[in-house]
Amino acid sequence: MVAFVTPMPPPNDGRTLRLSTRLKSLLVGSGSRSAIIGRTSLLLALLFVLVWVLFIAAPAPVSGAGNWRSTTFGSAVDDPTDFLKTLLDTLTYAGLLFVVASGFTLVFGLMRVVNMAHGSFFLLAGYIGVRLQKDYTHAGVFGLSSSQVSLWKEWVLPLVIAVLVVAGVGLIVQQLLLRWNQGQELRQALITIALSLIAADQIIAHFVRGGAESMAWPNVLGPDKQLTVGAVSYPWSRIFMLLLALGIGLGLFLWLHETRTGTVIRAGVDDRHMVRALGIRIERVFAIAFVVGAALAALGGVIGASFAAVDSGVDGQWLLNSLVVVIIGGLGSLGGAAVGALLYAAISNFAAVYVPTTSSNCCTEYSIILTFALLVVVLAIRPYGLFGKPG
Amino acid sequence: MRTSQLPRPSLDRSIGMVVLVVLAAGPLIFNPFWVSFILTQVFWYAIAAASLIFLYAYGGMVSLAQASIAGIAGFVLGNAVTNGETKGLNLGLSPWIGFIAGIVIATLVAVVIGAVASRSTGIYFLMLTLSVAVMVNYFFGQVTVVSGFGGIGDIQNHTPFGRPDIHPNRLYYIALVCTVGAYFLLRFLLRTPFGLALQGIRDDPVRMSSLGYNVALHRTLAFGLAGFVTSFSGVLFVWWNNQISPSSIDITSALNLLVIAVIGGLHRLEGAWVGAFVFVIVSDYAQSVGFLHFMGLTQTRFETLIGLVFLAIVLLSPNGLLGVWEWSRAALTRVNRRARGPREEPPQASPA
Repeated sequence: MVAFVTPMPPPNDGRTLRLSTRLKSLLVGSGSRSAIIGRTSLLLALLFVLVWVLFIAAPAPVSGAGNWRSTTFGSAVDDPTDFLKTLLDTLTYAGLLFVVASGFTLVFGLMRVVNMAHGSFFLLAGYIGVRLQKDYTHAGVFGLSSSQVSLWKEWVLPLVIAVLVVAGVGLIVQQLLLRWNQGQELRQALITIALSLIAADQIIAHFVRGGAESMAWPNVLGPDKQLTVGAVSYPWSRIFMLLLALGIGLGLFLWLHETRTGTVIRAGVDDRHMVRALGIRIERVFAIAFVVGAALAALGGVIGASFAAVDSGVDGQWLLNSLVVVIIGGLGSLGGAAVGALLYAAISNFAAVYVPTTSSNCCTEYSIILTFALLVVVLAIRPYGLFGKPG
Repeated sequence: MRTSQLPRPSLDRSIGMVVLVVLAAGPLIFNPFWVSFILTQVFWYAIAAASLIFLYAYGGMVSLAQASIAGIAGFVLGNAVTNGETKGLNLGLSPWIGFIAGIVIATLVAVVIGAVASRSTGIYFLMLTLSVAVMVNYFFGQVTVVSGFGGIGDIQNHTPFGRPDIHPNRLYYIALVCTVGAYFLLRFLLRTPFGLALQGIRDDPVRMSSLGYNVALHRTLAFGLAGFVTSFSGVLFVWWNNQISPSSIDITSALNLLVIAVIGGLHRLEGAWVGAFVFVIVSDYAQSVGFLHFMGLTQTRFETLIGLVFLAIVLLSPNGLLGVWEWSRAALTRVNRRARGPREEPPQASPA
């Protein structure tokens, strides 16, 4: 039977042959003169960034305008504490990015559904968490502080409820709207876009109460709980984010590689039609994968509401985050999501404090341009992301 | 998809002519609110949506960056012409230079975006252009030198044709000329060798590549040309709206163009105008329909309403309202044929 299934040539081989061979030699070595120039300039650019962060950057004077090398934090040699903190911020933020983006990439890898409502799932869960926590703690108009919030009843319970509700919503969406359009990628993307429009508006109608709101971390993870090593102290809540991401990553890996469902999912990623032809009920696996994807977005949403805040518009922001992570890492690849999350987190955290500031009031003026540059460089070298496969 | 190559049935063409004549006499027929608000808005929305449809129907690329490219044209125009009374660079140049600079820079940015995205298609293209769209939005929000969060205002003092709020008919006619020009330019492009090659690439990139066509270059150029058309939409928007801010090109605006294109029909250029008309009408008259009000869908919940319309169209008629129209015309023809008996000639030319 298998012999009759001739593998289709990847549809993009022909049209990108010349450019891609040229650019692939960027990584592999040798090649034409322009390839060598390209490779050298990329290396020089990376070297420059490294030298800049390690040695050149210098904080602006307390009063008056800075000069061309004025940054928020000094160079790593002068100011190792802040450098270490930025590094840790990168790792922990990458953890949150990974949790959210892994759900996105799981759904795409198996079902070829680009879930444009992923950010809406995130925001919905975040708001459910915020509302439930405020109800349980009877918080008034003033914000909560972590010392008032108990771990299980006032943080974990809202989290579990939010994740369950959003997973249920995900199941309904998948069964009601996406299931009978299986295989029509664009139509499914349009359906989820419609859902994201409706969800964004309904969240504004029912949840948003003027301005950003956030959940408080439970008392055991409060802002006063810091891990102190020598002169450096770092909040436990952010370390918890990283540990959770590692746990999720490990759990997903084991699920995909050690269980029967996971094996079916991996087989489905490679060849859905063959799996179905073998008599496996892949529809059920599709539903499970979509629910898990929605639940991961929801988990990220509650963590994100505790770590930062939720507001209208956050859904678009986290859709962008997921998209950038999986475009860099490669759609459908768990490892790619991890690498993409690390690169994206590194760009946004380091750019915020090590890019020269032009205006007096701080920070991230040009970080978005650097994110775009990262996207361009990755796509120029590997059009389907670092770990992605064409098709 | 391939019907574009056939001559249009005469019914469609005569409807188009009648609409054009009515619009040319617009200020005589419609009240000022319709002229300066509804129709002008439809014109610039439709230009941007038409470029989106052009890229999808004939290039196989779903672009969500069209609103951003229009926005770039608007921001460049705003920075160039204003003179000290608002945010941004306040260059105080002549309105004509601002207009040309807006078109040129937006087109160049479109070529760059097209070059980055040209090697992907379908769903990847959609994701990539959506990312670009959000980044352009954040760029104008973050970089206070050129805009900042509040955006650029008071642009109506610096147009080549006087203040649009005092002379609304002038802007109406300018928008009408632009929108008709955009339609015929895009239609013309499709019949050039370039346009035919683009459609070949849409259908089979591998074969076109082995025939010697540079696939990536064709896609890049198509994106650049669509960007050129879209930038007129951005210029008209800032003249009409008097100001532009990052929220004018946020993710919702980017998606709204897709909504317009899908409602009208993604497979034919004319869908842009149908979709834009429906979109603007729904956004303006949603409030006055009592039934919707009862369901909690008021003017402020406009996005929910338009999202539901969008969802219904995607689920029920993937070819949009034009698809419904084509379907009913074909059904009418069938009924006619049956009524006349089997011996009759196929009524290809008669139904009008």
